Amino acid sequence: MLDSPGRIYAIAAKEVRQLLRDHLTFGLIVGVPLLQIVLFGYAINTDVRHLRAGVADLAHTQLSRQLVAEAQASQVLDVVAASPSAEGLESMLRRGWIAVGIYIPPDFDRLRLEGRRPAAQLLVDGSDPTLFGVASGLADMPLADRDAAPAGHAPLFELRNYYNPERRSAVAIVPALIGVILTLTLTLFTAVAIVRERERGNLELLITTPVKTTELMLGKIGPYIVIGLLQTTVVLVAGSLLFDVPVAGRLLDLYLAALLFIAANLGLGLFISTLSQTQFQAFQMNVVFFLPSFLLSGFMFPFDGMPRVAQWIGEFLPLTHFVRLVRGIVLRGATLGELLPETWPLLLFFALTLLLAILNFHKRLD
Amino acid sequence: MNPSEPYAVRTEGLTRRFGSFTAVDGVNLAIPAGHIYGFLGPNGSGKSTTIRMLCGLLLPSAGRVHVLGHEVPREAEVLRRKLGYMTQRFSLFEDLSVRENLLFMAQVFSLPKATRKSRLVEAVRRYLLEDIEDQRAGTLSGGQKQRLALAAATLHRPEMLFLDEPTSAVDPQSRRDFWEKLFELSAVGTTILVSTHLMDEAERCHRLAIFDHGVLVAEGEPTQLMQEIDALVVEIEAPDPQRATMILRPEPYVKSVAQIGNRLHALLARDIDGPEKRLADTLRRAGLAAEVRLVHPNLEDVFVAATAGSRRRESARA
Repeated sequence: MLDSPGRIYAIAAKEVRQLLRDHLTFGLIVGVPLLQIVLFGYAINTDVRHLRAGVADLAHTQLSRQLVAEAQASQVLDVVAASPSAEGLESMLRRGWIAVGIYIPPDFDRLRLEGRRPAAQLLVDGSDPTLFGVASGLADMPLADRDAAPAGHAPLFELRNYYNPERRSAVAIVPALIGVILTLTLTLFTAVAIVRERERGNLELLITTPVKTTELMLGKIGPYIVIGLLQTTVVLVAGSLLFDVPVAGRLLDLYLAALLFIAANLGLGLFISTLSQTQFQAFQMNVVFFLPSFLLSGFMFPFDGMPRVAQWIGEFLPLTHFVRLVRGIVLRGATLGELLPETWPLLLFFALTLLLAILNFHKRLD
Repeated sequence: MNPSEPYAVRTEGLTRRFGSFTAVDGVNLAIPAGHIYGFLGPNGSGKSTTIRMLCGLLLPSAGRVHVLGHEVPREAEVLRRKLGYMTQRFSLFEDLSVRENLLFMAQVFSLPKATRKSRLVEAVRRYLLEDIEDQRAGTLSGGQKQRLALAAATLHRPEMLFLDEPTSAVDPQSRRDFWEKLFELSAVGTTILVSTHLMDEAERCHRLAIFDHGVLVAEGEPTQLMQEIDALVVEIEAPDPQRATMILRPEPYVKSVAQIGNRLHALLARDIDGPEKRLADTLRRAGLAAEVRLVHPNLEDVFVAATAGSRRRESARA
């Protein structure tokens, strides 16, 4: 018993020595909390502003123009597009170009004057769970026409929650969860698959065979693509059975989008594997990548509410684009063709990480 | 390979530096085709580094390398199909069975489907793997792993086989069986390069290169090396062998003294007269009655004599 403290000390001292020598781990001890606090600080912003908005002004009156101007002045909305019809607004919503649509009917001035019911409509993209709350703040927006509207007290806007009319959080979260789960597992699977062979010495054998680097990489990716699609299916089926999450768009489009996203994550996994010597290091690098994906992709917090810098970072993350794709296809019933701008960043990410991995992997030991 | 080329490997001035450390220093090699050629040397003497440069796994810092008529590292990829390589550490997949491992290697070397099956059957039979065909490689004994590794490395019938300390981890009987297989391969024309620090393994090679601190210090057939050793070898029987060692070590003509059981085994400079008497006299003056006789040098003596020079330089520096 008397010797016990000495032995405990010996183990603790050895542990500290090893930690200090593992620069990556030591960096992460400091780096992860720092990264987390910065990311959270940027991403958590309940005071969402500058939502992209589209306007369909069918009234063309002075009052309707005033409405648009004041909505813009509130800073909650940025009017970025105009459409001649309600259908046009809906199409823009479905494609994810705008988060909110302002529909002003031809008889806007008269409805406003009567004041018995809301004169205009606010179409909100309900596939992002936080947007509805933000938009509802606009419903009662004052319009400086009170002199002209003595009759009633109806709010200015009628809120129309598109794609998730019952505002169930599961409906909004489950589809994007596919992306979170794939990011969390697939990148790590691939990274570890190669690093494990390095640790066990298999790689020393493999590089003496005629196997080419590209062959090795593609062969490694193959099975994990299937695993990724399997995971996608599990989440979809479970979401449908347990939470009654419907799939509005085409399944084929959804799987194509998932395929692109899976490829992007596998590319990253391969790249990580060429950077790390041990499975532990690969695991740590995965954490460093996962945190910003989780926080800045629009999954947790509305993308439009984040500051510019955070949005720029977000645009580089595959999950950001996948969240947009999956919400578009599953909830808004958009086709992949309508969401084309979100596909090429995933392809580019895959190509780039794969290239870096191949360049960084040497069929040599030096 | 061009049959008129008598050498499987040729190097000129082969050098590899890691930072300021020179692991392999100006090595010239000519390894005859069809031979079992040994690299003998202590750990860190540059054996493995040299082998890795020969297979194109490491880039030389300087020098030229030709293996089977191909320039390395430029033609390393072409060469890979003609080479078999057995790593020091078991590097097949421990979570695959014996058969699955062999099948994987056959596929990686693109053996045609028609011959694949017969090759696998033959390999399993030749390397006595029938009873363990379905066993996971991770559960095999040291000797079994060795046989599996050799079977995998020879599946594509390589012209040349590199073995990096192949039997350091197996028992003497397994080592014998393993070498029997190597001689069978050599008999059908395979050139085999073995690195080792085990004397009994080195003795089995047709030819040897002795490495020390990255330098090739001796080269030749084992018997020839033993005959041409630059030392006299004596065996000393004396009471208190430890004290005798202390007395002999400082003598200028004594190259090395080692205790083997109750005896001492010493290497002396070649150019002294009456070495037995001289040694016995030295010990008698210290009060030790010793019996000294000349013996035939063995390979360990060759090794010690060849590497003694640099060791002495090192201790002089320290």
